[in-house]
Amino acid sequence: LACGARADELVPYKIIGDTIPQSLTDSPGDPARGRALVLARTTTCILCHSGPFPEVRFQGDLAPDLKGTGNWWSAGQLRLRLVDASRFNPKTIMPSYYRNDGLVRVGRNFADKPILSAAEIEDIVAFLATLRD
Amino acid sequence: MISWRAIAAATLLAAAPALVAGEIPSDARRSGYTFMGPDTRAMQDDDTANPGMLFVLDGEALWAKKTGSAEKACADCHGDARGSMKGVAARYPAFDKALARPVTLDQRINLCRANHQQASPLPYESRDLLALSAFVAHQSRGVAITAGDDPELKPFLAQGRDLFMQREGQLNLACTNCHDDNFDRRLAGAPITQAQPTGYPLYRLEWQTLGSLERRLRSCMSGVRAQAYDYGAPELVALELYLMSRARGLPMETPAVRP
Ligand code: HEC
Ligand code: HEC
Ligand code: HEC
Repeated sequence: LACGARADELVPYKIIGDTIPQSLTDSPGDPARGRALVLARTTTCILCHSGPFPEVRFQGDLAPDLKGTGNWWSAGQLRLRLVDASRFNPKTIMPSYYRNDGLVRVGRNFADKPILSAAEIEDIVAFLATLRD
Repeated sequence: MISWRAIAAATLLAAAPALVAGEIPSDARRSGYTFMGPDTRAMQDDDTANPGMLFVLDGEALWAKKTGSAEKACADCHGDARGSMKGVAARYPAFDKALARPVTLDQRINLCRANHQQASPLPYESRDLLALSAFVAHQSRGVAITAGDDPELKPFLAQGRDLFMQREGQLNLACTNCHDDNFDRRLAGAPITQAQPTGYPLYRLEWQTLGSLERRLRSCMSGVRAQAYDYGAPELVALELYLMSRARGLPMETPAVRP
């Protein structure tokens, strides 16, 4: 379908504890692409988060700094956090990036699509895992 | 025995106007003005530098201009706006008995055009409508907001409040998530304010023009990737009404300047 993933097209995934242990794609994510995605305003992370990204002038402060994320979270935990952060905290303001149901009045251009594709989630997970200090 | 504490608490509960959890108490309400830098404040404060004043001047000319097949000007019925329009914008949106619903200042102006001037409605965000509403609202500059007092507005206020609390769009965020819970923080570079609608229509540097409160609300809706309501939709009017009542007591600033 040209208009992108529909509800029944989301890659199925299995939650174990607070993780999604299996990659959503068959190939591993690319941390360089993941970095570019996290820094792009359209991906939205940087609206709320800050991080060790000296070239980004405007970063948000609604959410924890992403510095050191890889020290504290496994790839499986990061994957579930990105797919559906509301599983950790039902009141969180962090959007669920791989979900397309239970939403209200989604804009025409975004209807039925998750915010990020499975491949983009994997790229970002791969990048976040490198944020160690 | 009932302690004085219990009595004090009971009195508070009885006397306090229903302040719902999460809402901003009246002494903590702050206009968007207080979140701006000194340059933008100075631009708003100086009428010769405030670009919104050009619209107010246009509105003043339109006020006196005979329009429509009735050949009447606003001034023919309302006289000198300095007196007749003082404080009006501070209590809009207001309940219209004939329509049995609240109408915004823009809608009231178009009702006067239709009913009293026999003129066609001015489109939303058109220069003439913005100019007239800026001119009318400017007569309330400094007047404390009182919108929402009319008991007939109650169900519409409740609807507006529900819409403010409702998460929406692909990003699944509600107005309250940013403007009640996170004002004073930064969304990327931009300071988030309390969303007090004190200055509309106002000049936004980002827009390079004057714009209505509805334009602002629609851009917050698109920001969370929600389908924005059409101009004049009952939902936008209800939200506007709720925002004005939530700003009760703050002085009007029209035409304000915002970044
Ligand atoms: C609208 C705000 C918002 C956006 C957009 C957002 N987040 Fe978050 N994020 C939060 C908040 C708030 C938390 C804190 C925990 C919670 O409330 O869930 C958080 C927590 C996290 C955490 C755990 C951090 C920790 O140390 O606890 C990670 C990792 C994370 N976000 C990554 C991302 C990435 C990557 C993106 C973009 C793809 C993103 N976030 C987009 C608000 C946001
Ligand atoms: C022929 C008379 C007439 C003309 C011309 C007229 N109005 Fe009115 N206006 C009224 C009346 C009468 C009301 C009270 C509401 C109603 O019955 O329509 C009113 C109400 C209003 C109100 C609301 C006042 C309040 O206290 O709620 C505003 C604002 C207003 N007019 C602005 C304008 C503007 C701006 C124009 C020109 C574009 C205009 N009017 C032209 C007769 C007129
Ligand atoms: C993701 C955060 C976010 C959400 C959700 C959001 N806004 Fe905003 N809003 C902003 C930002 C940023 C601005 C621009 C700076 C400012 O004035 O707060 C803004 C501006 C405003 C203003 C202008 C305030 C002024 O001083 O002129 C109003 C009013 C407003 N928003 C109302 C709303 C309403 C109503 C909703 C829900 C339909 C909403 N916002 C949802 C972030 C948000």
